[in-house]
Amino acid sequence: MGTIQRIWRHPILDFKRGRSVRFQFEGKRIEGYENESIAVALFASGVKVFGRSRRFNHPMGWFCGIGKCSSCLMRVNGIPNVRTCITPVREGMRVELQGRKGVLPDEPNIKVKKKEEYVRVLIIGSGPAGLETGITSTKLGLDTLIIDENPIPGGQLIKQTHKFFGSKKEYAGLRGFEIAKTMLEGLRKCGGRYLTETSAIGYYWKNKKHKFLAVQKQEDGYQLLEIKADNIVVTSGASENYLPFPRNYLPGVYGAGGVQTLMNVYGVKPGNKALIVGAGNVGLIIGYQLLQAGVEVKALIEAMPHVGGYLVHASKLARLGVPILLRHTIKEAKGEEYVNGATIIEVDENKQPIEGTERKLDVDLILIAVGLSASTKILSQAGCEKMFVQELGGWIPIHNENMETTIDGIYVAGDGSGIAEASTAMLEGRIAGAAIAEREGYNPEDARRIREDAFSELSKLRQSSSLKIVAEGKRKCQQRWNEVKSHEK
Amino acid sequence: MKNEPREIGYLTYDVLKEKIGLPSKERLAKGPVAIIECTEDIPCDPCVEACKLGAISKESLITPPTIDYEKCTGCTLCVDVCPGLAIFVINVNYKEEKALVSIPYEMLPVPERREKVDTLDRSGKKIGEGEIIKVRRGKRETFVVSVAVDKNLATEARSIKIQKEENE
Ligand SMILES: Cc1cc2nc3c(=O)[nH]c(=O)nc-3n(C[C@H](O)[C@H](O)[C@H](O)COP(=O)(O)OP(=O)(O)OC[C@H]3O[C@@H](n4cnc5c(N)ncnc54)[C@H](O)[C@@H]3O)c2cc1C
Ligand code: SF4
Ligand code: SF4
Ligand code: FES
Repeated sequence: MGTIQRIWRHPILDFKRGRSVRFQFEGKRIEGYENESIAVALFASGVKVFGRSRRFNHPMGWFCGIGKCSSCLMRVNGIPNVRTCITPVREGMRVELQGRKGVLPDEPNIKVKKKEEYVRVLIIGSGPAGLETGITSTKLGLDTLIIDENPIPGGQLIKQTHKFFGSKKEYAGLRGFEIAKTMLEGLRKCGGRYLTETSAIGYYWKNKKHKFLAVQKQEDGYQLLEIKADNIVVTSGASENYLPFPRNYLPGVYGAGGVQTLMNVYGVKPGNKALIVGAGNVGLIIGYQLLQAGVEVKALIEAMPHVGGYLVHASKLARLGVPILLRHTIKEAKGEEYVNGATIIEVDENKQPIEGTERKLDVDLILIAVGLSASTKILSQAGCEKMFVQELGGWIPIHNENMETTIDGIYVAGDGSGIAEASTAMLEGRIAGAAIAEREGYNPEDARRIREDAFSELSKLRQSSSLKIVAEGKRKCQQRWNEVKSHEK
Repeated sequence: MKNEPREIGYLTYDVLKEKIGLPSKERLAKGPVAIIECTEDIPCDPCVEACKLGAISKESLITPPTIDYEKCTGCTLCVDVCPGLAIFVINVNYKEEKALVSIPYEMLPVPERREKVDTLDRSGKKIGEGEIIKVRRGKRETFVVSVAVDKNLATEARSIKIQKEENE
C-alpha cells in the first residue's frame, strides 16, 4: 500500500485549505480540513476501504467523488447512507462504517425544514451548460435559480487544470477551473442565484406548474425545497462508463473524474503508480494531470488501434515518456483489499485478447476513462421521452434545436443532452436560456438574436471532425422530436 | 501508413514536414522561428490572437493553423498561450554547435538557468543532454523553457527531464 499524501506543491494549482478540523472515524481521531469532504479527509489519511458490498462483501472505496455512485455511504452522527464524498467534514463529527445495510436509529435525529420557492427558470446543474443558461436567462430579465448537489459549483470545469480549446467568447485559453470562476463571476454580476449542496430528487406536475423537490444540506440537518418553476433546464451532465474485468471493484480502481476531484479539487494524491485505461481526451488529459500531481504513469492503454483523443493531448504525454499502448486492454486487477498490480493484454482487430501477450504492471492505481453517458434520470420522472443515439453516447432525452424536450417548458443542455464538450455545452445553455426568454416575452428581440448567433456558432463548431458525429446525433434527435410532436397533434 | 501519428500517439518529423511545411534552410539560418505542431481541425484559436505580428492564421476556427515563417520573429509569446502545448520555437543559429529549443513546460520542479537536463524527443526517448538557458514564466503558470541542444537535435528535442538530484 503506497502512502497517500496531500499535494503541497503543484505546478498549476494552489490549494487553499481551510482550518484543520478533527473528527472521529471508527473511534479514531482523524484530521481533515474545513471545506473538504469526509471521504477526502479519510482518503488523505490513508483510509481507503469505505465499506463492503452487500452481496459479495467486497471492499469498496472512493469512486465517483461527486455523489453519483454510492460507493462511499457511511453513518455520520448516527445517520446511515450519507454520501461522504459530497458531505463536508465538520469538527467533532462521528463517522462510522455502516455495515452492509444502512439501519436508521429508532429515533433519528434528522432536522428537516421546509421551504417553498417559485422561479421563472430552474436550472439543475451548475456546469458550463447550467451556468451559461443562468447567465443568459438572468440577463434577459428572468428570475432564475441554479441548484447543484456538489459543494462547489462549476461541474466538470472545476477539476480541469488544462487550458481549454475554443474561441475567446467561450473562454478559450483559460484553464477549466478558471472558466468556472469567470462564469460564476459573470452570474454574480448579473444577479443570478445559485444553491450548492442541493440535490433535485423528485419531479411533480402541480397546479399547471413544474415542481421539483430538492434537498439542501444544512449545518444541522436538511432543508426540503419545493421549487415551482415555469421552466426547467436540466444540465446535470454525465456519468462515467465502467468496464468489466476481474477485481474491478477493488479500491484503487477509480473513474477518471473521481480521481480528478480528489487530486485537482482537494489536492490529494490518488496513488503513486497509475495505469490508465482509455486514450480518448479524458484519459489523455488525466494522464497529464497525474504527472502534474507527482504520480508516475506506468502506461496508458487503449483497445483501438489509434488514439481517440486529440493528437496534441497524446503528444504531451508521449514526449514526457508515458507509454501509450494501443491494441491493449486490461485483463485483471490484482490485490485483496486494495490494488497492487494489473495485468494487461494485447487485443486483435476484433478486440479479442491474444493469449500469451499478458504483461504485469506494478501499479496501485487503475483509472478507467472509457467514455461518458448522459445522466438525466430526473427527466424520466417528468415523462420526457428518451432515445438511444450512439453518436451522443447512449440514451438521451429527445430534444429539438431549442433544447426543449418532449415536455413543454422542460429543457436540457450540455452533456446531459448528448456527450460533447464544454464550448458546445455553453452554447446549448445559451440557446435554452434565450429560447425561454423569447417564449416568455422577456426581451424577445435580444433573445432571438442571442439564440441565432449561438446557432451559427454551434453549427460552425460541429463541422470539426471531432464534433461532426455530434451534429449527426443531434439531427436524428431533432427528427425524432418532430415525429413525437406531430404524433401528439 | 507507417508512423501514422494517431497510431503511435505523436507526430514525427516527416509527417510534420509534409503536413505543415517546415521553414526553409535560409529562414532557419536567420534565427528563432516557431514550429506549430498542431495538425488536426481542433476548434481553437488562441494562437492566432497571441501573435501580435499576425504570423499565425486560421482559415476558420476549425482548420489547423498556418504560420508565415517570414513574419515570425521567434518571440515565443504564442508558446505559453497554446492550450495544446503544441508550439515550439527553434533557433539553429544559437551557437556554433548548439541550437536553442523553447518548450512549454507545466511540471514540477521548474528547472533553473544553467541546469543540465535530459532532452527527450516526441516519443519521450532520451536523445541527449541540454543546458537550460532561459526560463520565462508565461501566461497562466505555463513556463517557457529554452534549452541548448546539439544542433542536429533542434527538430527533434521536444521535452526535458529533470535529472535526479543526489539528495533526493
Ligand atoms: C477529464 C476531462 C477533460 C475534459 N476536457 C475538456 C476540454 O479540454 N475542453 C472541453 O471543451 N471540454 C472538456 N471536457 C468536457 C466538459 O467538461 C464537459 O463536456 C462539460 O463539463 C459538460 O458540461 P455540463 O454543464 O453539461 O455538465 P457538468 O459540467 O458535468 O455539470 C453537471 C452538474 O450537474 C450537477 N447535478 C447533476 N445531477 C444533479 C441533481 N439531481 N441535482 C443537483 N445537481 C445535479 C452535478 O453536480 C454537476 O455539477 C472534459 C471532461 C473531462 C471529464
Ligand atoms: S513566436 Fe512570436 S512572432 Fe512567432 S508566431 Fe509566435 S508569437 Fe508570432
Ligand atoms: S492555440 Fe495551439 S492547439 Fe489551438 S489551434 Fe493554435 S496551435 Fe492548435
Ligand atoms: S457517491 Fe461518493 S464516491 Fe460515488
